[in-house]
Amino acid sequence: MAAIELSGVKKTYPGGIEVIHGLDLAIADGEMVVLVGPSGCGKSTLLRMIAGLETITDGTISIGGAVVNRREPAERDVAMVFQNYALYPHMTVRGNLEYGLRNRGTPRAEIDARVEAAARTLEIAPFLDRKPRQLSGGQRQRVAMGRAIVRQPKAFLFDEPLSNLDAKLRGQMRIEIRRLQRALGTTSVYVTHDQLEAMTLADRLVVMNGGHIEQVGKPTELYDRPASLFVAGFIGSPPMNLIDIETLRALTGAAFPPSLPVGTDIVGIRPDAIMMGPAGGGDISISGVVELIEPVGGESHLYVRVAGLDQAMVIVAQGRSVLSETGRLDFSLPVAALHPFSRATGKRLR
Amino acid sequence: MVENRPWLNVLTHLVLVVGVIVIAFPVYLAVIASTHDEGAFLRGVVPLLPGPHLLDNYGQMLSQGMSTSGAPPLTLMLANSLVMAIAIAVAKIAISIISAYAIVYFRFPLRTLAFWTIFITLMLPVEVRIIPTFKVVADLGLLNSYAGLTIPLIASATATFLFRQFFLTVPDELMEAARVDGAGPMKFFRDILLPLSRTNMAALFVILFIYGWMQYLWPLLVTTDTKFYTVVMGIKRMAAVADADPQWNLVMAAVVLAMLPPVLIVVFMQRLFVKGLVETEK
Repeated sequence: MAAIELSGVKKTYPGGIEVIHGLDLAIADGEMVVLVGPSGCGKSTLLRMIAGLETITDGTISIGGAVVNRREPAERDVAMVFQNYALYPHMTVRGNLEYGLRNRGTPRAEIDARVEAAARTLEIAPFLDRKPRQLSGGQRQRVAMGRAIVRQPKAFLFDEPLSNLDAKLRGQMRIEIRRLQRALGTTSVYVTHDQLEAMTLADRLVVMNGGHIEQVGKPTELYDRPASLFVAGFIGSPPMNLIDIETLRALTGAAFPPSLPVGTDIVGIRPDAIMMGPAGGGDISISGVVELIEPVGGESHLYVRVAGLDQAMVIVAQGRSVLSETGRLDFSLPVAALHPFSRATGKRLR
Repeated sequence: MVENRPWLNVLTHLVLVVGVIVIAFPVYLAVIASTHDEGAFLRGVVPLLPGPHLLDNYGQMLSQGMSTSGAPPLTLMLANSLVMAIAIAVAKIAISIISAYAIVYFRFPLRTLAFWTIFITLMLPVEVRIIPTFKVVADLGLLNSYAGLTIPLIASATATFLFRQFFLTVPDELMEAARVDGAGPMKFFRDILLPLSRTNMAALFVILFIYGWMQYLWPLLVTTDTKFYTVVMGIKRMAAVADADPQWNLVMAAVVLAMLPPVLIVVFMQRLFVKGLVETEK
């Protein structure tokens, strides 16, 4: 168990393509940090740099206080769970779990004890003598986790470990990973592009975009106060509605809402913050035509076409919607729920 | 086929039966010939049923050979062939798997050049470079030796290429997982790559064993001492005798014995062989 510290980390591929641009991040001991971002944002590269599978062009990475830039993956004492599990196909489950320990010269008795313990925790004891190809996707996933935990490493690195599973299993494994990580208290870095996974697993969430960190914080903080237009659009499903302030003014004829900071070009509003019906004191009233209704069960997502806006607005309505598609809908945006952004910097203004 | 067309069944079977006869009849004839006495095949009517001299013929060939044509006992020639075929197969596999490992998993200067150089040697089989190769082997003093028989045939672009293609299908994550698990390059090769290549190696062994066994031209060139004769070239020597009728019964006994090892190899390694060609265990 150890803290991980990245400072000024850069990655340039041969040919001069810089994919990570001077990145700083401190991960506390025992913390679960989730790196999330669209594909190509550098999150997997960053994880692989921590693991030692990619070289570090500039800056330093330290694990447990020691700079590990030039150390081999095995010397960094981290364990990694891969997206496709990367189990050794010719070894039994037991062989897979033992391999890392045997390479480290762990005494036989201790290997057995650790493997037994891991198998019990992950409920894979019945499969210990099978080959990976005789296991289902979920079981292989558990074995991959087992291979990481028997090592008792300083840190776990997860590279989109759940993306090969079906939705139901993914939900189960997510809970299990969270439970396991809490129980073991091992520092973990988890890479995903699934924002639900990111929100639910993270102690702290790191949103990355184009080789930069956009924002770091608790998942709820990021949801409540996205620091940039990118985070606003990336975190939350359905995503935040972003409306140009001039369009909004032209649309409603309303004066500049005084509570918004000067320089606001774009306002954002969460689909679930929008109120049905015409507005009361000071809020902004809009009306539009319902284009599409997505019933999700407990709530419905309404896609409302508003004249003058390029994109349909998304509204989350609680309960079953009694509206019909192509019907007119009046709704209002509470001024207090608006997120103000500057177009030029892409940053939040308050 | 789901369709039931009787005449089609008859036709296909006819074609197959004719095919089998065309292939199998000469083999049958060889077996029959090896059981008759010396004159049986020279009298004009070819016998189609086994004769009484099976043990005599085989016994003579195995223990004494055919002195009139300067052929040593078959046991010696079979042993030579076996040594040559196994040495070629094993060494080819060993060298090509190592070079494929280097080419696929390591970044070194001129790697692509190295690969293409190996690849180009595909165009230079022994027959093409036979005179310079002979000169080199002769200058090294390797004529009439097992080294001279095998070494020039060992370098193999085909096997290297085959292993390279196989290694390329092994997911990178496996190597990365091994690195994280503390396995260095040699350990990864030994613990993971070699066991995964097991079936490929078996399939290659069968092919290369037969390749080595069938070598004719090269052994003919580099061996003048009967101690190093291989069976395939020995048969040729027996069949082409000057000033006498070839002793077909004995030649055919040698032929049948020479056919056996490749057949046995294929029969016993068939399961692995097929697996290695069709299955990709990942």
